[in-house]
Amino acid sequence: MEARGHVFKYGENVDTDVIIPARYLNATTGEELAKHCMEDIDKDFVNKVHKGDIIVARKNFGCGSSREHAPLAIKSSGVSVVIADTFARIFYRNAINIGLPIIESPEAAAEINEGDEVKVDFDTGIITDINTGKTYKGQAFPEFMQNIINAGGLINYVNNKNK
Amino acid sequence: MGMTMTQKILAAHAGLDFVEPGQLIEADLDLVLGNDITSPVAINEIKKFEKKDVFDGGKIALVMDHFAPNKDIKSAQNCKTCRDFADDNSIVNFFDVGRMGIEHALLPEQGLTVAGDCIIGADSHTCTYGALGAFSTGVGSTDMAVGMVTGKAWFKVPSAIKFNLKGKLNKDVCGKDVILHIIGKIGVDGALYRSMEFAGEGVSSLSMDDRFTICNMAIEAGGKNGIFPVDDITLDYIKEHSNRTPKIFKADEDAVYDEVIDIDLSALKPTVAFPHLPEDTKEIGTFGDIKIDQAVIGSCTNGHISDLRSAAAQMKGKKVAKNVRCIVIPATQKIYKQAIKEGLVDIFIDAGAIVSTPTCGPCLGGYMGVLAAGERCVSTTNRNFIGRMGHVESEVYLASPAVAAASAIAGKIVGPTV
Repeated sequence: MEARGHVFKYGENVDTDVIIPARYLNATTGEELAKHCMEDIDKDFVNKVHKGDIIVARKNFGCGSSREHAPLAIKSSGVSVVIADTFARIFYRNAINIGLPIIESPEAAAEINEGDEVKVDFDTGIITDINTGKTYKGQAFPEFMQNIINAGGLINYVNNKNK
Repeated sequence: MGMTMTQKILAAHAGLDFVEPGQLIEADLDLVLGNDITSPVAINEIKKFEKKDVFDGGKIALVMDHFAPNKDIKSAQNCKTCRDFADDNSIVNFFDVGRMGIEHALLPEQGLTVAGDCIIGADSHTCTYGALGAFSTGVGSTDMAVGMVTGKAWFKVPSAIKFNLKGKLNKDVCGKDVILHIIGKIGVDGALYRSMEFAGEGVSSLSMDDRFTICNMAIEAGGKNGIFPVDDITLDYIKEHSNRTPKIFKADEDAVYDEVIDIDLSALKPTVAFPHLPEDTKEIGTFGDIKIDQAVIGSCTNGHISDLRSAAAQMKGKKVAKNVRCIVIPATQKIYKQAIKEGLVDIFIDAGAIVSTPTCGPCLGGYMGVLAAGERCVSTTNRNFIGRMGHVESEVYLASPAVAAASAIAGKIVGPTV
């Protein structure tokens, strides 16, 4: 499986309140939430994002609230993968549980620039910046988490396990 | 190699004798919590299950506190979804308007959380119950859905930072200052993926309310959980509030910690977190005049009775400054009644503050105190991110109830005055 798209680049500690402000938390569907994704730090995001695009950010991405609305808004906006130095822990498990691919790679997160075209091979964890030609190795998931992702999220994983 | 307190609770709930950091385990849950924002998403997810029944209607708590009493039609629909689900699944602990309080103050008060429990909640501040010696952590709605159906959750066993507390707090300083100081020291990801285990002789001088506040904000340092050892103060609290039997876990003598950080409680001063991160802390007296438009005293962090007493002491016989709105929110109905009984509500209203029914409303910019562009609020809540309480150009300063109340009177951020 592979992702390919253009990069939206953000800094450190991107919190769940800017990913999806609480004033929209009365909505529960991905489609509604996606309309306001990243609104409080990047008003243009929703107008510019295309299916397959990639978010690259620095440390502690997704810090703050447990709102699953945050990874759901990102996934529903068409983003194929989020690359960061590190992820806040609730965002990390929420992303895995709903099947939004995430990769930790401090080197890639530091060097990849806004607007670059980037390719990610999920099987090998190799991230390629097509503009610079540089490649990076993302940290692999433990097998258990990879199984959840492969099943398409935690609920499918639990359903499959009970069969 | 020994285990930390957190690791021992997780091992016991996974049916294992020993766990080590990084190990992936599946643990049995004593309680699964959700609120009116996260539960509707979880209830929707449950429809995707082949097995749709909840594991135990007595071990699920649904609290309508975020946008309730309903702030708009969508919020009303969300609460209705929760209400119907609770009815259909015989969920005993469904807390609606009239019975509800802010979840993390309410559940311990209702006796639903005791030492030794393994608890997940679809709310990041679920880490609060670590104050009682429980393992308790925030998760998302899908984890909540799976927890409600299977009674289990997966965890990566965390390593830990030990905070060795020494000395006693001075009169003007409380649990909020302790945790703001710690977050200022280690940063908003300083405890990422790890436990924050509090220990040392300083623990015994901290009240339960202080411990709740400290554990509540473990997540603001990125922590998986915060946890206090169980002592007489804990056991007295549990005895007063719960008919469940606590189970006491102690860290092994040879438990391994990533770091040990000494905190001298007697050296701490009233502390304020500046916009826009809880780690941007400064002590009172080290910055110039910061005028405020609003003060909020309440939330899961600081809506306890001791917080209201501390705020009232600053406000007694005084008036809120001109052009400052002061909003006081007792965290539960019981605390509200107690505040009335003690005359605290009179003090607040006489000072020109308002006192609201329990709600999370203003903390997350939902309602009941949303900020306009350029406005500043000193708040006893837990987050000061961009746009957290309203407009993206508004500012939130996090502080203790004493600082927030004194500031409401002064019209600018000041330390306690009495």
